Amino acid sequence: MGMALELLGVSKTFDGFQALAKADFAVESGEVHALLGENGAGKSTLMNVAAGLYRPDQGRIRVRGREVALTGPVEARRLGIGMVHQHYKLVKAFTAVENILLAQGAARYGAGLAEVEAAIRAQSEAVGFAVDLRRPVGSLSVAEQQRVEILKVLVAGAGILILDEPTAVLTDREAEALLTTMRALARKGAAVVLVTHKLGEVQRHADRVTVMRGGGIVASADPASLSAAELTTLVVGATANPVHCPATRIEGPVLAVEGLAGTRSDGLQTLYGLNLTIRAGEIYGLAGIGGNGQTELAEILMGVRRAGTGRIALAGDDVTGAGPKLRRARGLAAIPADRQVYGLAGDLSVAENYAVGGLASGRFGGWLRVDRAAIRAATEAAIAAFDIRGARSPRQKAGLLSGGNAQKLVIAREFAGRPRVVLAHSPARGLDVRATADIHRRLREARDAGAGVLLISEDLDEVMLMSDRIGVISRGRIVREFDAPADRQAIGAAMVHHA
Amino acid sequence: MFDFLVNWLANVPTFALPYALAALGLIITEKAGVLSLGAEGFLLIGAMSGIGVLLGVGDYPLLALTVAALAAAALSLVYALLVVTLRVNQVIGGLALVFLAQGMTGVIATRAGWTSRPVDGLHTVPLGSLADIPVLGPILFQHDPLVFATVPLVALVAYVLDRTMFGLRLRAVGDGPDAADAAGIRVALTRYGAIALGSALVGLAGGYLSVGVAKIWVEGMSGGRGWIAVALVIFARWQPWRALGGALLFGGIEALIPRIAAIGVALPQYLVLMTPYLATLAVMIWICLRQDGRSLEPRALGVAHLREERR
Repeated sequence: MGMALELLGVSKTFDGFQALAKADFAVESGEVHALLGENGAGKSTLMNVAAGLYRPDQGRIRVRGREVALTGPVEARRLGIGMVHQHYKLVKAFTAVENILLAQGAARYGAGLAEVEAAIRAQSEAVGFAVDLRRPVGSLSVAEQQRVEILKVLVAGAGILILDEPTAVLTDREAEALLTTMRALARKGAAVVLVTHKLGEVQRHADRVTVMRGGGIVASADPASLSAAELTTLVVGATANPVHCPATRIEGPVLAVEGLAGTRSDGLQTLYGLNLTIRAGEIYGLAGIGGNGQTELAEILMGVRRAGTGRIALAGDDVTGAGPKLRRARGLAAIPADRQVYGLAGDLSVAENYAVGGLASGRFGGWLRVDRAAIRAATEAAIAAFDIRGARSPRQKAGLLSGGNAQKLVIAREFAGRPRVVLAHSPARGLDVRATADIHRRLREARDAGAGVLLISEDLDEVMLMSDRIGVISRGRIVREFDAPADRQAIGAAMVHHA
Repeated sequence: MFDFLVNWLANVPTFALPYALAALGLIITEKAGVLSLGAEGFLLIGAMSGIGVLLGVGDYPLLALTVAALAAAALSLVYALLVVTLRVNQVIGGLALVFLAQGMTGVIATRAGWTSRPVDGLHTVPLGSLADIPVLGPILFQHDPLVFATVPLVALVAYVLDRTMFGLRLRAVGDGPDAADAAGIRVALTRYGAIALGSALVGLAGGYLSVGVAKIWVEGMSGGRGWIAVALVIFARWQPWRALGGALLFGGIEALIPRIAAIGVALPQYLVLMTPYLATLAVMIWICLRQDGRSLEPRALGVAHLREERR
């Protein structure tokens, strides 16, 4: 059958970050086409362009061979392109019928409701699943909400179906059922794009696979012609092995996590009985695809999110129920993923941001008096010692520092009290090569001074470079552990296979 | 005692009407996801421009009310520009608008010499023998046209919001702007429309204060009713009929105060004036204690919409 949708040389930049670099993509009618890649590879961005939600900076789009200008989602829908987003585009207070009516548009509300309801019933019979049409979709399960989304697209008569990581929120059985349905739709002539980072799905359900990395296309092939190892290489990339500096003296455990369960802010459980031990004098790298529980683990360890069940011991003391203050007193230092939100108060000065970590020690004055001179002196010393540039004076606002220098300020503060456990969550995210090297050097120094370092990162290269031991987190558990030097392919495979 | 009751009940609609119209307007605006703290300002603009028409153009009370609504709608476009297009914080934008309106009405009315000049204003609709029915006559049939128009207006707004495509789109924009955007609804345009329409109703309420009730313009004559209307919307959980009920309750309390004072009962009037706020607080606490309480509040209330935001 013919080409359904072609994206040619599409580029898109967000605030200076290139999300798509001349990406080409094409899907035929009658096929299930997998778009594979790591988080941040640009898959969702590319498909949002196809759905008319993002306007590309460059590039052309062809639908059924004809070049089109996608001015918005309405135009995309008119051309028969329907997208089921990762974050559902549903009005939670509305019922399924109202949601679909909203997307369909109708002249009259009452008549429209009846029409849409009939269309939903016809479509849900055709694809073989039912949804509750009367309840607000916000009260439906995630799988049901997804069905509403799919029905919405089908009722609109879409011939090109894009599903953005549809199985991420489903149980295995639900996922299998969904993918079988998609295959049936393709057999009837639809073009189905399956955005995913799961190799298994690609191998079992896709006719063709396009692999993305770093905003560009790295390959487009028949998945049957590639082995799992070859696919993994395409996804995570093959780069030269970086220089690794191993630990010199590893001692007993300083951080022990047992059977940790936890939930995300929206109530979804993301940690399922996670076990983790970190010893003094080592860097433990936690690799994994984003959204597998890393954020919740970091927040629970920092003490800003409550653990569901499980135990956390810091240097032998149980701190499971303790707040951040007690944990810090026990020797925990944290470099949060979002330095501008959790790491620093951007409107306060560099000196105030530095001093806030040491207030409890009494170094900077007591209850009533703040010793400004001591703060300024300590901050100036830290600025010099940690090479924080761009801070012309300790009184300058911390929010004006560049990413790398802001991170150095966080580290200067956190390392001031000789920590026993360092939690570093994506510490080099968004930093340039030199700043990254500086941050990494500091982490190694902390390790060599006897701290246990937990490095959580979605960047496999960073984990490989830094770690003495590597754990792979998937679906809220550590699924495999490796001793350095570890095989990159094996880690990559553990990341994607268990996902 | 009986006369007292009849007299009180006959006056309730006049006191309740500004609350009902203002709350109705705010419901329209807030159902589209735009917080509207500027109600006090729109009341003032409406009240002043209504008197302006009567003094400047002539004795046409219905024209005065229309202009009151249009003037508030026009000013609300400034607010829409701030919070929809420029995405200014809606609390700050709303407060700024109140102060702007306070200053503006003061200056204009003083310059034009409209202050403290009595006007003829709105009259009771002559309903002949209906008005002469004992008890029911004064309570139900001796009112000005706007009182009679209010209940149909509430019904109309309730119907449009709940039972039309326009209402569905408007609620979608307030409940899930991302979803509405993906469905091809023009979020910004819808919000502009909701702000203008809602503010026109608030302006009409303001016009009624000066043209229908006081029949005079005095600086700051809205006297905090805009804030009560804001509270009333929360009290009514964004539902038009409940807002009408709340308006009658609050209006009833307000109508009671001078009458109680007149028959010589010593009642702490400031305490009585506090009751609308206390009632609203009580409702809010009750809602929070119930688990499903938030379901009626527009989910995107106060949140600016930006399409290419990456999360």
